[in-house]
Amino acid sequence: MSQVSPVPTSPAGASGEAPSARPVKGRAARTSMLKRFEPLIISLAAICVTLLLFGVFLAFDRLNPLEVYEVMFRGAFGTSFSFQNTLQRSAPLMLTALCTALPMQLGLLVIGGEGALVVGGVSAAVVGLAMKDAGPYAVLSAMLFAGALSGGLWIGLVGTLRAYRGVNETISSLLMSYIAIALMNHLVEGALRDPESLNKPATRHIGEANMLGPIPDLDVHWGLVYGLLACLVGFVLMKRTTFGFAAAMTGGNTRAALLSGLPVRKLMVLTCFLAGAAAGTAGMVEVAAVHGRANASLASGYGYTGILVAFVARQNPLGVIPVALLLGGIGASGGLLQRTFNLPDASVNVLQGILFMVILVSETLYGKLDLWSFARSATARKSVRAGAAA
Amino acid sequence: MSAELGSWGVPVAVLAGAIRVSTPFIFVSLGECITERSGRVNLGLEGTLVMGAMVGYGCSYLSGSPWLGVLAAGLVGVLLGAVHGFLCGRPRVNDIAVGIGLMLFGCGLAFFLGKPLIQPSAARLPAIPFGFWSHSPQIEDALRVNVLFLLGVVLAPLVSFALKRTRWGLIVRTVGESAEAARAMGYDVNRVRTLATMAGGFLAGIGGSFLSLFYPGSWNEGLSSGQGLMAVALVIFARWDPVRCLYASLLFGGASALGPALQAVGVTKGYYLFNAAPYALTLLIMVLSSSATRTSADQPAELTVAR
Repeated sequence: MSQVSPVPTSPAGASGEAPSARPVKGRAARTSMLKRFEPLIISLAAICVTLLLFGVFLAFDRLNPLEVYEVMFRGAFGTSFSFQNTLQRSAPLMLTALCTALPMQLGLLVIGGEGALVVGGVSAAVVGLAMKDAGPYAVLSAMLFAGALSGGLWIGLVGTLRAYRGVNETISSLLMSYIAIALMNHLVEGALRDPESLNKPATRHIGEANMLGPIPDLDVHWGLVYGLLACLVGFVLMKRTTFGFAAAMTGGNTRAALLSGLPVRKLMVLTCFLAGAAAGTAGMVEVAAVHGRANASLASGYGYTGILVAFVARQNPLGVIPVALLLGGIGASGGLLQRTFNLPDASVNVLQGILFMVILVSETLYGKLDLWSFARSATARKSVRAGAAA
Repeated sequence: MSAELGSWGVPVAVLAGAIRVSTPFIFVSLGECITERSGRVNLGLEGTLVMGAMVGYGCSYLSGSPWLGVLAAGLVGVLLGAVHGFLCGRPRVNDIAVGIGLMLFGCGLAFFLGKPLIQPSAARLPAIPFGFWSHSPQIEDALRVNVLFLLGVVLAPLVSFALKRTRWGLIVRTVGESAEAARAMGYDVNRVRTLATMAGGFLAGIGGSFLSLFYPGSWNEGLSSGQGLMAVALVIFARWDPVRCLYASLLFGGASALGPALQAVGVTKGYYLFNAAPYALTLLIMVLSSSATRTSADQPAELTVAR
C-alpha cells in the first residue's frame, strides 16, 4: 500500500498486539500466564472503572449506584424473560460488531455498520415481499442472501474507495450510513409504502408465515445463531487461515505486506465486503425476526453500539460474543431503569460513551501489567536516556 | 409566497438556506481545521456540537442572555476538547476512536441532561435584516442574516492569518507537520495538540449553540444530523485552509437547503432523497479530491485521517 499511504501509521492502535514486556528469565511461566490473561484482566478492570465513573454520575443524580446496578442486572440477566430480551438484542450487535472488527484486522476503521444494516434490512424486505408465496424456507434464504449481499456491496464500496482512491474509510462509511437512511426513508415513504402504515411509514409485512421463528426450547429467534456462527467464522477466517494471516500482516505493516506480494487492495475490498455482509445480515434478522417489515426502526443504533462492542472485544471476533451479550443486556435493562428510577434512555448512551473511552485508554496499559519487566524496562529506558544525554 | 418570485424562488430559498445551514458548518470546520493542523483528528465534534446546543440553550434559558449561552457552549466545547486531548496524549490511544467515544458520550450526556429543556423556550440570537430594501417577503426573509454567520465569515480569514502569520500558528503547524521537529525545538507536542483541540472544541461548541439558539432554534434530540462529522470531511475537502472551509461550508449549506427549497415551490417528489444530497456531495468530493497514489501536499503530515 505504499502507493495508498506514503506514511505508514500504526494499525489504528486497536488490534494493537504491541510487543509486550520482554520475557524475564525464571519468571517466564508467570509472565506468559499474565500475558495470556492480560486482555481479560485489563478489560474487566476497565469495566469496573466504567461502573465506578458511571456510579459517580448517578450519584450526582441523587441515585444509589448499587441499586441502579442491581436493577440493571435484573433487567438484563435476572429473569428468563429479560435474558431472552438480552439475547434478542445481542444478535444484531454481534453482526454489526463484525462490521468494525473484521476491517480492523487490516487497520481499517469502518464505522458504517448502521448503514449496511439499513440497506440489508430494506433489500431483505423487498425480496421477501417479492417472493411472498414461495414458501418460508425459500423466502428466508433469499432474504438472507439479499441482505448479506447488499450490505456487503455497501461496505465493499467503502473498501474499494479506500483501496483504489485513498478515500478515508472512517468518514466515507459514516457518510454512507446517512445516505442509506435517507434512501430507506425515500423508499418507505414512496414506492414501497404500505398504505395502511399511517403514523410510521413502512413497507408491507412479509407475512407471519415467512418470519424467522424462535429456536426450539428457547424463546429467541434464529438470528442469534446467525450472529454466533458469523463470529465463529470470522474468528476462524482471521486467526486460523492464510487469508487472516495476510490481513493481520497488512494491518501490522502495510508496506511489508505489499513488498511480500500480498494483494493488499483485494484484501481490503474483500474484508470490507464480508464486514458489510455481516451487518446486512443483522438488518435481515431485524426485518425477518423482529419487525416483519422495513421502517425507521431499523436505524435504532445497533450499528453504533456495534462499534463499541468491537472495541471492547479488542477486535477479536470471538470476544465479540460475550461483549455483545453484555451490551445487549445493558440495552435490555434500559426499559426497567426508566420505569424504576425514571432514568432517561440516554443514560445508556452515557454509560456506553464512558465505557468506550475507558476501554480506549486501557489500551495504554498493555505490556505494563508485568511489574518485574516493567521495572526492568524502566531502568533500561533510563540508561538509554542517560546514554543519549551523554 | 413562491408564486411571487416564480422560478427564482428556488435559488433565493437555497441562498437563505445556505446562510442558515452553513453557520454551524463554518464554526465546526474552522475548529476542526485548527485541530487537524496540529496533527490530530477530533471526530468527537459531533458530540461537542450537541452538548454545545444543549448547554447554550439551557444557559440562555436560565440567564435570559443568548450570548451568555454561546459563551457557555464554547466553554463546554473547550472541556470536551481537553478530555479528547488528554486521552489521546496517552501512548497507543487512537485519536479517531476516542473521537467516536466522545461522540457517543457527548450526545448521550446532552440528551440526558437536556430532558428538562425540551419544553421551555429560551431567548434566541438576534438577526440583522439586510433585506429592508426589498418588498418581497421572501427576499427579506432570506437576507435576515444571523450574527453568528457574520462572525464566522470574519473568523475564517482571522484563523487563516493566525495559522500562517503568527508565532502560535507556526508552532501548531510545526507540531502538525513533524512532531519530531517540534520536539527538537523544545515544544511539548501533546500540550500543543491538546490546546489546539480545546480551541477547536470552543468553536464547535459555538456552532452547536447556533443550532439551538437560532436555527432550528429549540432544543431537541434530533437537532444535529451529523454536521459535526461532515465538518471533518469538509476540512479534507477544503485542504486544511480556513478560508476554503468557509466556502465549503456555504456549498454544503446550499446542498442541504435544496430539498426544503424545492418542497416550498411544490416539488415534493424525492424530498427524502434530497436529504441525502449533502452527504452524497461530501462523499463525491472526497472521492474526487483523494488519490490512491499521493497525498495532498496541504495535508499535515502527522495526520492519520487521510493516510
